[in-house]
Amino acid sequence: MSKDAVTFTIDGVEVKAKPDQTIMEAADAAGIYIPRLCYHKDLLPGGHCRVCTVRVNGRPANACTFPVNSGIVVENDTEELKALRRDIIEMLFVEGNHYCPSCEASGKCELQAMAYRLELLTPQMPYAWPKRELDATHPDVYLDRDRCILCGRCVRASVQLDGKRVFGFENRGAQKRIAVDSATGMGDTDLSAKDRAASICPTGCLTIKRQGYLTPVGKRPYDKVPIGSDIEKKQAAG
Amino acid sequence: MAEDMRSLVNQTVERFGKDRHRLMDIARALHARLGYLSEETIGHTAQALGIHRVEVRDMVSFYSFFSRKKQGKTVIHLCNAVVERMKGADAVGRAFERELGIHFGETTPDDAITLHHTACIGLSDQAPSALINGIPFTNLKPEDVPGIVKAIREGEDMLNMPQAEVDSNVRRPGEVIFAPMERGAAIRKAINMTPESVINEINKGRLRGRGGAGFPTAMKWDFCRKAKGNAHYLVCNADEGEPGTFKDRAILQECPDLVFEGMTVAGYAIGAREGIMYLRGEYEYLLPSLERVLAKRRHLGLLGENICGCEGFSFNIRIQMGAGAYVCGEESALLESAEGKRGAPRDRPPFPVQKGYKGEPTSVNNVETLCCAARILDRGGEWFASMGSRDSTGTKLLSVSGDCEHPGVYELPYGITVKKLIDMVGASDAQAVQVGGPSGRCLAPKDFGRSISFEDVPTGGSVIIIGPERDLLECVRQFTEFFVEESCGWCVPCRSGTTILLKTLEKVMEGRGSRSDLANLEKLGKTVKTMSRCGLGQTAANPILTTINGFPDLYEARIKHEEYTPAFDFKKALEVGCEAAGRNLELEGIHV
Repeated sequence: MSKDAVTFTIDGVEVKAKPDQTIMEAADAAGIYIPRLCYHKDLLPGGHCRVCTVRVNGRPANACTFPVNSGIVVENDTEELKALRRDIIEMLFVEGNHYCPSCEASGKCELQAMAYRLELLTPQMPYAWPKRELDATHPDVYLDRDRCILCGRCVRASVQLDGKRVFGFENRGAQKRIAVDSATGMGDTDLSAKDRAASICPTGCLTIKRQGYLTPVGKRPYDKVPIGSDIEKKQAAG
Repeated sequence: MAEDMRSLVNQTVERFGKDRHRLMDIARALHARLGYLSEETIGHTAQALGIHRVEVRDMVSFYSFFSRKKQGKTVIHLCNAVVERMKGADAVGRAFERELGIHFGETTPDDAITLHHTACIGLSDQAPSALINGIPFTNLKPEDVPGIVKAIREGEDMLNMPQAEVDSNVRRPGEVIFAPMERGAAIRKAINMTPESVINEINKGRLRGRGGAGFPTAMKWDFCRKAKGNAHYLVCNADEGEPGTFKDRAILQECPDLVFEGMTVAGYAIGAREGIMYLRGEYEYLLPSLERVLAKRRHLGLLGENICGCEGFSFNIRIQMGAGAYVCGEESALLESAEGKRGAPRDRPPFPVQKGYKGEPTSVNNVETLCCAARILDRGGEWFASMGSRDSTGTKLLSVSGDCEHPGVYELPYGITVKKLIDMVGASDAQAVQVGGPSGRCLAPKDFGRSISFEDVPTGGSVIIIGPERDLLECVRQFTEFFVEESCGWCVPCRSGTTILLKTLEKVMEGRGSRSDLANLEKLGKTVKTMSRCGLGQTAANPILTTINGFPDLYEARIKHEEYTPAFDFKKALEVGCEAAGRNLELEGIHV
């Protein structure tokens, strides 16, 4: 670590970071898991889901965009934050139409896995039952908006990783939805199934056709370990 | 026809220098000409700008004044904000529906007239009000409606209608804002000082931002001035959208010169060459007079190159129109919007003073703040600081509306108690006073001794009086509905949380709620407040939270005294199926 390394604490644990890192990056490097959904390490942060909200010197801030600073006191794994994050996951479940048992993303879905990790039982908030449009016009990729959590990963990945602009947002508030760059459907965009944007979705909203249910139950990413274990493993190893 | 449209799009895009940052202006111009923005127009616009259609759609679909469906030649936006409904907007709305034979959201079969609702348009003191093709109509009564519709149908000039009138309604002018000042007086004082001393003078006046947050203006200017960038920008936030606020309207009607004077002084202080006034779409009718004032100031050498003979000090101002989005009053959302994008707030840091308009250091200041700054330059920081209270110097403009005898704009020294204010405006019997609009707080009579100031009860200017006969919870419901409508949808807690708050509140109001629903309202309110990305979400639960606190009996009276009642209405859910199947459960002796 260079001499301008920054030192701060997360839940009392001292963490060293590079000055240009965010709290999320520094925590990941130190093997401390901060729950997140819209964040992806290969993308610029979007700040949509707010699941990564931590308290910085007592004030709420999202870890994915907040820069580290020497001496800051970060709270992460507290009962208060866990409850607040769980509320957000619950909001996402009642806002969309998520049917886990039949969904091909089950077992690798980050929304589902986060619900397990944060110990969300059955949602009690009122369901919205929205009517959302499905787009199956692309030969190789499905867009099932029922499962969309508006994390914007596909929007960012298309621009930042694929050099395209296949996805965007449309409308505002509860009517906000993922839009595609054509006047008709996703089939008329330049999306390829090989694009990162096509497979970076944390839920089953964007899926590759003819790939569903290939992994047997028991071998799916979150069947045996909770989401975030890969990051925490680093700490155990280090 | 298609070719005509394409060439119109191309010309419009050319007119704005093929600049993607001017997409708001381009879309506004095309919408004004075509009446709506079709997918075809969106496609051509994207092509002419060399961007993707999904980017153009992203932006235009965000703003409530842009339609993507064909609309009538005349578009009526009837305001349905809380105060407007107190004053009879619903009856006026029904009169329009009857007269036009359509519902809200529809267009007459002959494609002549479209009828919409809209959030607060800054005319709560002259409610009910409407915008008809952008022209404000005030003090409407149901009996006015047939005449208005007839005039529209006969193609008469709407400006000649007797209701097309806006009174600036300044009830009590003060010494800071509504006092005379010679054009250029503050600028001439400023240019004889260094920019640092200008900032120092503002600091002596201890001026704090009038938008509501109260950040020290001198500190903001100093940060901005010192931040490195290719250019510095000064932005005047004239997007007052808080329901019940209309004080900036009065300033822009009565003393626009003072605002532009303040902008120029600020430009000098922070080292900006360009100033932008972001004017809310609802105030488009003020644009011609504002442009005339700007032209006059350019002519007098108060804008342009070497202002007032000061070598090297160049500053110009352009007015950026908005298109109907409350969230754009939030400074980072405003900057996104001014850059021709959807008005989604940004994460901070970086702050606008570091990375603002086009990523350059930018100071965003409220209309009233800039007026105060100009006055401080003219009369001195000490004089300014001699008014007001301990942490809140100077005067504050209050927009008072609702159940009172004298609604209008009052310029009063900070520190005035709510009691004194309601006596002054003729509302001594108020049940509650909503200070700071829905995002502020609802004060009960036990709090009327508190003072309007940053240290006690701050406000951006909105003061809504709720009289003794009103159903206060209905006001709370409408405020909450407003946040649902205006949430930008970027982050989960605000997008989804506001809807759930509304549903839970409605359950309580319909008498189906239990104690656990009240607990849920408080818990969820706290989540939305803590987890939301910007001020909109962070304050969206305030109407509920502050009334649960101040008026617990109102909630208690509505709930069932059971531990838990389901949200799901089984009977109601069965109705649809029974109707489809032609069954009547009661006749069949089935009780649910």
